[in-house]
Amino acid sequence: MGELKLMKGNEALAEAAIRYGADAYFGYPITPQSEVIEYLSEQNPYERTGMVVLQAESELAAINMVYAAGAAGKRVMTSSSSPGVCLKQEGLAYIAGAEVPCVYADVVRGGPGLGTIQPSQADYFQACKGGGNGDYNQIVLAPASVQEMADFVALGFDMAFKYRIAVCILSDGAIGQMMEKVVLPDQKARLTEEEIKAKYPWALTGRKRGTQHRVITSLDLDSAKMEEHNRHLQRKYAEITKNETRWEEINTEDAEYVFVAYGSSARIAQKAVQLGRAEGLKVGLLRPITLWPYPTKAIEALIDKGVKGFLSVELSCGQMIEDVKLACNGRAKAEHFGRVGGIIHTPEEVLEAMKKQIIGE
Amino acid sequence: MAEITLQDIIQPENLVYEKSKLLTEKPFHYCPGCGHGTVHRIIAEVLEELGIDEQTIGVSPVGCAVMAYDYFDVDFVEAAHGRAPACASGIKRVWPNKIVFSYQGDGDLAAIGTCETIHTCNRGENITMIFVNNGIYGMTGGQMAPTTLVGMKTATTPYGRMPQWPDGTPNNGFPLQITNLISQLPGTRYVTRQAVYTPAAVRNAKKAIKKAFQNQMENKNGVNFVEIVSNCNSNWKMTAVDANKWLQENMLPVYPLGDIKDNFELIKK
Amino acid sequence: MAKFRGAIVVDTERCKGCSVCITACPCGVIELAKEVNGKGYNYAFMANPDKCIGCASCGITCPDGVIKVYKKAIE
Repeated sequence: MGELKLMKGNEALAEAAIRYGADAYFGYPITPQSEVIEYLSEQNPYERTGMVVLQAESELAAINMVYAAGAAGKRVMTSSSSPGVCLKQEGLAYIAGAEVPCVYADVVRGGPGLGTIQPSQADYFQACKGGGNGDYNQIVLAPASVQEMADFVALGFDMAFKYRIAVCILSDGAIGQMMEKVVLPDQKARLTEEEIKAKYPWALTGRKRGTQHRVITSLDLDSAKMEEHNRHLQRKYAEITKNETRWEEINTEDAEYVFVAYGSSARIAQKAVQLGRAEGLKVGLLRPITLWPYPTKAIEALIDKGVKGFLSVELSCGQMIEDVKLACNGRAKAEHFGRVGGIIHTPEEVLEAMKKQIIGE
Repeated sequence: MAEITLQDIIQPENLVYEKSKLLTEKPFHYCPGCGHGTVHRIIAEVLEELGIDEQTIGVSPVGCAVMAYDYFDVDFVEAAHGRAPACASGIKRVWPNKIVFSYQGDGDLAAIGTCETIHTCNRGENITMIFVNNGIYGMTGGQMAPTTLVGMKTATTPYGRMPQWPDGTPNNGFPLQITNLISQLPGTRYVTRQAVYTPAAVRNAKKAIKKAFQNQMENKNGVNFVEIVSNCNSNWKMTAVDANKWLQENMLPVYPLGDIKDNFELIKK
Repeated sequence: MAKFRGAIVVDTERCKGCSVCITACPCGVIELAKEVNGKGYNYAFMANPDKCIGCASCGITCPDGVIKVYKKAIE
């Protein structure tokens, strides 16, 4: 089943949203992800499925439209790139506190500030450690291909509604802009009002007379209740960590040294593994698919199996390395290698860094 | 004529007024005499009279009315500061068959949320926007609002709001007549300014709010915008009765009452 | 022409004593009690019940909705 197409990552994400039966997309243009809203506008999903596409006045407005429409039980999404995602942090904190399901894509570009429009992975902290206020997490999926840009829309919505949480598709300018073949899923129907009411009793759909009215809020001035709410969120996050942590391993069976890389860096690190293996080095790749929850257990298991060192390869000055080090907990060597400013590392320099920083002479 | 006792009068069949059943039993947290309570009451009465409580979704703001969701027995979402119009837009777009209203104060609607206010109005979303203007930030303790009157003392204009220094240098800026501003936009269907400081004003305000909801029920587009000029006796530092008098003498000349726009046409004065 | 007698019932525990109803009443029916309720507010009460015409001006201006108004036609 499905349909094979050649598409940009951003377009695949947009098409997958229509085919999943998403109810609305609220967004604001920003390079390098404007293709998402352009593709949606061109496809006219309002005619195809009834999906609403609205160009909002700002990223702030867009995420707050997502917040409220999600609170009303609809499958809604937005997308942006780094500086725009900064603006969305307000809404994302409310979404976390009020437990509203939604999906958003961050096609990361270089920073800080306006930075550059070239690819980057320097928003790992923002996505995984909470760019908004308060103790919260969101599920972060890291696509490494155009196929995953499409696949993670459905996965994201499924998890978002299962756990009432925001799911971030943390892409980057390279994955968003590159063209690859992609198998698109078949068109699914949007949920009807009756289905939404039956599946999501918490959703704001207008309360029936004689039943308790529903309130979606992140506020509670009762300290005891707010503490319990936070404990509840933490229990939910623990459950997600247990159930939903995802990763991929390549050539790790006998590996002594392992690259840890996600997204476009993982593609480059995979080539570095091939180059290293050709030289007789026992190197492998661990590709986190969920950046939160982080595959800490996968790193621990690799150390148990005898891996001596990890190189975290990122298009940043060193962000994910902190989670790699936490997972190593001093039991194995962990170092960071990354290029920034829009420069993408080559497989050769990645392998060289592994030799120099981890394997040694 | 037979002597009539209070017991004769106080009988269910003689009841002519009580608060709407669409208000919950939770007592309002508002200060004594605050207009928010009256506005809540008349909104609830309108929703009850129109029989739309099972379709209605409200959006509460950040400000004194943040917990409006506790008082209305209808579904509610609590918005981030100033984002209520965006939230209402989002809900109405995915649920065009529901009745959606936002409820905001002056800081929320006319300062931090001005962008969302203007663009929601400009898109002509088919929603009802309630705007309570008391010229001050109530919840945070009486700081200057965009609608604060010239010369009015607040916690951040302790010597009175002074739009410009005597030499002409900009200072606190001018009272923002946001309602007049949005009335200029093609997306607004019905724009009116009302008050709740006297029984007659309450009756007019209720009529306006009813129209603002009826319009939403009968049409596909056009913002229905009701400003309520209200009081903040705590932060104006006067009694509720004095505050209502002060409102009449000082607020209404700057924010005159009446319909500003109807059926997409500006009303010529 | 029919004449009306009215009466109000104040939920004294919820009354905040703001006095808006006193100003709204055209007949001088309402005053604040010397006693206070559980929250310490001097609550509104019908001081001059004979004057009440059941016009509901108090009820519709009460910010807290604590007043019920009754009205009965008399010969």
